[in-house]
Amino acid sequence: MGQTLVEKLFSKAVKREVKAGEFVVADIDYTMAHDGTAPLAIEAFQEFGAKTVWDREKIILVIDHIAPSAVESVSALHKMMRAFAAKHRIKLYDVGSGVCHQLMVEEGYVQPGSIIVGADSHTCTYGALGAFATGIGSTDAAAVFLSGKLWFRIPETLRVELSGVLPRRVGAKDVILYLIGQIGAAGATYKSVEFVGPVVQDMGVEGRLTMCNMAVEMGAKNGVIAADSKTRTFLGLGQSTAGAEVQGDADAAYASNLAFDISTLPPQVACPSMVDNVKPVSEVGDIAVDQVFLGSCTNGRISDLRTAAHLLRGKRVHRRVRALVIPASRSIYLHALAEGLIEIFVKAGCTVCNPGCGPCCGTHQGILAPGEVCASTSNRNFVGRMGCAEADIYLVSPATAAVSALTGRITDPRGS
Amino acid sequence: MVERLRSRKLHFFGDNISTDLIIPGKYKFRTTKAEDLAPHAMEGADPQFSAKAGDGDFIIAEENFGCGSSREQAPLALKGLGIKAIIAKSFARIFFRNAINLGLIVIESREIVENTKKGDVLVIDVKEGYVENVQEKRRFIIEPLPRFLSEIIEAGGVTAYYKTRGKLPWQTSSPE
Repeated sequence: MGQTLVEKLFSKAVKREVKAGEFVVADIDYTMAHDGTAPLAIEAFQEFGAKTVWDREKIILVIDHIAPSAVESVSALHKMMRAFAAKHRIKLYDVGSGVCHQLMVEEGYVQPGSIIVGADSHTCTYGALGAFATGIGSTDAAAVFLSGKLWFRIPETLRVELSGVLPRRVGAKDVILYLIGQIGAAGATYKSVEFVGPVVQDMGVEGRLTMCNMAVEMGAKNGVIAADSKTRTFLGLGQSTAGAEVQGDADAAYASNLAFDISTLPPQVACPSMVDNVKPVSEVGDIAVDQVFLGSCTNGRISDLRTAAHLLRGKRVHRRVRALVIPASRSIYLHALAEGLIEIFVKAGCTVCNPGCGPCCGTHQGILAPGEVCASTSNRNFVGRMGCAEADIYLVSPATAAVSALTGRITDPRGS
Repeated sequence: MVERLRSRKLHFFGDNISTDLIIPGKYKFRTTKAEDLAPHAMEGADPQFSAKAGDGDFIIAEENFGCGSSREQAPLALKGLGIKAIIAKSFARIFFRNAINLGLIVIESREIVENTKKGDVLVIDVKEGYVENVQEKRRFIIEPLPRFLSEIIEAGGVTAYYKTRGKLPWQTSSPE
């Protein structure tokens, strides 16, 4: 019998053939923690009484969740992170560098076949490059800082085959929202979700990152897409000479196989306050929005900004709407500047903020008031997520966000 | 850790209690101290929770408890309040792992949740592998965790384990 992609990745990592259900201890290629999770990890590491980290070059720290700091207590935690990084000579990406997950991908830390754990649930993003990547907590991160190893239970795989061609104004975000609606917020708990099929092959790497980013919203341990020539081009690697890339075998034992044709998929929206409360945009009714957020580790990449800028060019956002645009990294910000996208956003009346997590995590920048509504390209719409338990969050694609910013209502972008 | 753990009070919650409800964003990243997080524990789901809950209490919840962010501040806030065990029909995986790493007892059991009501007293015996409903005089067998995970809980968490044994749990008793 064949192996699933995640079984192959772990078999390579532990140098023996493993299958779903087995417990293994694997070497970690990189670990990451940010200002929301690193302080607890650093404290746990110090509590271990350890003097040195396992490998200073394989630990990445990022200040992105409350960046720049909004309150003194957070500033103190940032200071503590900087001191830890300086002491152990660990790479720290400070305020303004970007969202941790974008940096991990952009800076080349993620390679096909890597085993990566990050102290953030959206670490699963990196599976888009053919890596195994999953989110962990701070104590596990501290254990990795110390030992470079972590235990795993090899997950069963839910295989999702996507056929057809993406319709106009429908993107990776609409596909993943639709899948979360179909599979459910806990429908893939403890599992690996492997995306295959023509839609995935045709999709650019940025779209694949969006898809894998939200695998955790179905409860998955990781999302994964086999590396191919697009992955190699994206990473600046030479094309594979060995022939076939590492892929899941057709005859592997899959927990389930799901197939969807997305040729007629309309733009999707996750309504308050669960990620799986998903409907076509055309069915949400008349929803006025107060804030629109374009950005995050889900949809803050250059292709997302291009999509939105194309729809906003020469227009003005609705007078009631605060439209926040946040490039996911400094490098994306510079690209957007060079392409004239930032000027389009500013002229349209958007507020462009520094690279980082922005309002997604409800800690700073764009906290909602009771009764307000936000259309957001981020990944979670839980009660209180954007800092206010009485506000509503609708998760949408960059195209839907841009058009909704113009109309002041959640609007199907296919009419624009 | 005591082998038999008796609940002081039970607190009931529904499906999909996210980490944003367990410790809202406005508090989660400002402190690393359990005692500072505890007054806000579960505030998103029940603003009065920290006043009602106390040392020795258990949480009983439906599906997908702890979904969302990987923030360990969530189980830490509950631990800080004195919550000793969480029994749910299902857990989100990162929360489940974080809770064990902090030495909290987490039990996944549909049967126990369906057969437990307000006012009941539960006794958990991890060693023997059961949960007893004292009033109903009914015992529920719980599936044992892998040995190295039970040892983490018994030690009171990964850092406590490391401090006493000088090794990480999966370095001493192999999970493989």
